[in-house]
Amino acid sequence: MAGSAPLQWRIIVGTKEDGATGVARSQQEPEMLVYIIRRLMQAALVMVVMSAVVFAGIYVIGDPVAMMISPDASEVEREAVRVTLGLDQPTWRQYLTFVGDALHGDFGKSFLAGQPAMGLIFERMPATMELAVASLILSLLIGLPMGVYAGLRPHAPGSKAIMTGSILGFSLPNFWVGLMLIMVFAVLLPDLIPWWPRLPASGRGTTVNLLGVPVSFLTADGLLHLILPALTLAFYKGALIVRLARATAREVLPMDYIKFARAKGLSENRIVGVHVLKNIMIPIATVSGLEFGQTVAFAVVTETVFSWPGMGKLLIDSILLLDRPVVVAYLVVIVFFFVILNLVVDLLYSVLDPRVRLESRAT
Amino acid sequence: MTDSALEPVAAVRPQTPFQRVVSDFCESRLAVFGLVLVVISAFVALFAPWISPQNPFDIASLDLLDAKVPPGTVSGDGKMVYWLGTDGQARDMLSAIFYGMRISLFVGAVSVVVALAIGVVVGLVAAYAGGKVDALLMRIVDLMLSFPAILVALILLSVLGKGIDKVLFALILVQWAYFARAARGAALVERNKEYVEAATCLALPASRIVFRHMLPNCMPSLIVIATITLARAIALEATLSFLGVGVPVTQPSLGMLISNGFEFLLSGSYWISFFPGVALAIAIVGINLAGDQLRDVLNPRNLR
Repeated sequence: MAGSAPLQWRIIVGTKEDGATGVARSQQEPEMLVYIIRRLMQAALVMVVMSAVVFAGIYVIGDPVAMMISPDASEVEREAVRVTLGLDQPTWRQYLTFVGDALHGDFGKSFLAGQPAMGLIFERMPATMELAVASLILSLLIGLPMGVYAGLRPHAPGSKAIMTGSILGFSLPNFWVGLMLIMVFAVLLPDLIPWWPRLPASGRGTTVNLLGVPVSFLTADGLLHLILPALTLAFYKGALIVRLARATAREVLPMDYIKFARAKGLSENRIVGVHVLKNIMIPIATVSGLEFGQTVAFAVVTETVFSWPGMGKLLIDSILLLDRPVVVAYLVVIVFFFVILNLVVDLLYSVLDPRVRLESRAT
Repeated sequence: MTDSALEPVAAVRPQTPFQRVVSDFCESRLAVFGLVLVVISAFVALFAPWISPQNPFDIASLDLLDAKVPPGTVSGDGKMVYWLGTDGQARDMLSAIFYGMRISLFVGAVSVVVALAIGVVVGLVAAYAGGKVDALLMRIVDLMLSFPAILVALILLSVLGKGIDKVLFALILVQWAYFARAARGAALVERNKEYVEAATCLALPASRIVFRHMLPNCMPSLIVIATITLARAIALEATLSFLGVGVPVTQPSLGMLISNGFEFLLSGSYWISFFPGVALAIAIVGINLAGDQLRDVLNPRNLR
C-alpha cells in the first residue's frame, strides 16, 4: 500500500524519499516522543514571542481609552477608566500580569464588551468552524469530480476549461469572489428574474442548538445563509483540489493494478470509482488537512464580507477598535491551532507512509 | 544553457535561449492573452496622470452633484462623460481605477523585488554554507511558512498602523521566505555541478562563486516564483486594504476602491465596487496566466 503512494503527493507535501523502507517500531517510539516534545517546546517559544510582539505593538500605537469614552470626559474620569483596565501600570508589568493570567487561562476582558476575551473567542469559534467545514465539503464535492475528469481525459475541451478555471480559482482574491457572488446572487439575478430566490448576503440566519452549540446548517434559513460564504471560501480550495486530483489521477492511471483491473474486465465506473479514487484520496485528505488552517485564516476575509459572526470578524472588529485583549487572545488561539495542526499533519505522514522519517523533517 | 546548440534541431534552426523562450511562450494563446492583460495594466499604471479624464485627488475638480451617477452619465458641466460612473465623492471611477492600479502595481512590484533580493541572499548563503547556518536559516523559513501570509500581515499591520510603507514591510516579511526556500533548492542542485567545482579550484572568493556563477543559473525558477508571488502580493494588498488595515484613504489602491463601494453594492450602485474589482482581476489573472506558461517554458527539463 505504502509503495504505491503517488510521487506527486510527495512532491506537493515536500517530504523526502529515502532508502529506508521502515524503522523498527521500538526504535521509532522514543524518537516520536522526543520529536513531539521538541515541537511542543518550539510552539511554546513561538507563542511567547508573538504575544510579546503584539502586546508591545498594540500598546505603543494607540490609546484604547481615547476610543472608549467621549472626548469631553474629564481627566479624572479618563484616569479612572485607565486604572480599571490596568493601563496605568508600566508596559512590562502589564505584560507580566497578562502572561501570569494567561497561564491560568485568563486573557483579560475585552475593553468593549467587558466579557473575558477568551470566552468571546470561544463563543465565536463554532460559527467559523461551521463555515470552514462547509467550505471543505463543498470544495471536495466540486473539485474532486472535475479533477478526476480532467485527469481521465486530459485533452478534452472540458478538461482544458476546467484547468483554466482552476487558475482563476487560484488567483482571484477571496473577498473579490465574495463580492461577485453577492452581486450576482443577492442583487442582480433576483432583480432581473422575478422567480429567482434572493440569497442572503449577511449574517448566519436562524440557528438551533446542537449539543449546546448554535449551528446554522440544521435550519433552512441557516443553510441559505451558509451558501454564499461557504462557496466563496471553497473557491480557492476547490481549485487546489482540482489540480491535485488531476495530477494524482494521471499518475495512478498507468499503474499495474489499474491495468490488472481493466484486464479483469471490470467496468469503467468501478475502476474509476474504487481503484482510482481510493488511491487519490490519501493525498487529497492530507492536503485538505494542511489547507484547513488556510481556510480558517481566510475565513477572516469571508466573514467580514458576509458579516458572518465568527472569530475572524471578531478579530477585524477588534483590530479596528484597538480592543487589545481580544486581538492577543485570538492570536494565542490561532497560533496554538496552527502548531497543533502542523504537528498532527506531520505525525499523520509517518503513519500513512512509514518511509517519511520524522527526523528528516525535524532537522 | 549553451548546450542547446548540440541538439540536432537547434543545429538546423539556430536559436538563442531567449528566442526559444519567446517562441515556446507564444505557443499558448491563453498565455499571450495573459501577457496582453499585464501590458495593459502596466501601461495604465505608468501613464495614469496623463490618460485619466480627471485627477481624482484634486478635490477642486469634483462636483458633488455628480456623486454616485451610473456609467455613461455626462458630467454636470457637460465637459466629460463618466464612462464607468462615479463614487460617493463624485470621483470618476475610470480615473480612480487608473490611479488605483498605479498604487496596487507599485506596492506589489516593489515588495516582490525586495523580498526576492532578501530571499535570494538568504537561500544562496544557506545552500553554500550548509551545516548549522543552513539549518538555522531554514528553521526560520519553515516557521514563516507555517503561518498563513494573510494572518501574519494582518496582525503586523494592526500593530504598525496604516500606510504604504507599512504595507510594503508586511508584504516583504511574508514573502521573502518563499524565495529563500526556492533559491536554496535551486542552489543545492547547482552546487554539485562541475562549473562550481571549477570555480572553487580557481580559488575564487565565495561571494563571487555564489552571486556570479550560481545565481544566474538559479534565475529561471526564481523568475517563475516571482511572477506568481507578484500576483499574490497584489491580491494580498487588495485584501488588506479591503479589510481596512492597508493603504491610507488618501492613496486608494484598487482594494480600497472596492471597499469604498461595498456599502453601495446592496443598494444597487454596483459600479463603484464592480469596475475596480474587474481591474484588479485583470491584473492578477493576467499575471497568473502568463506565469503558468512561463513555468512550463522555463522548466529546467525543457532548457536542456
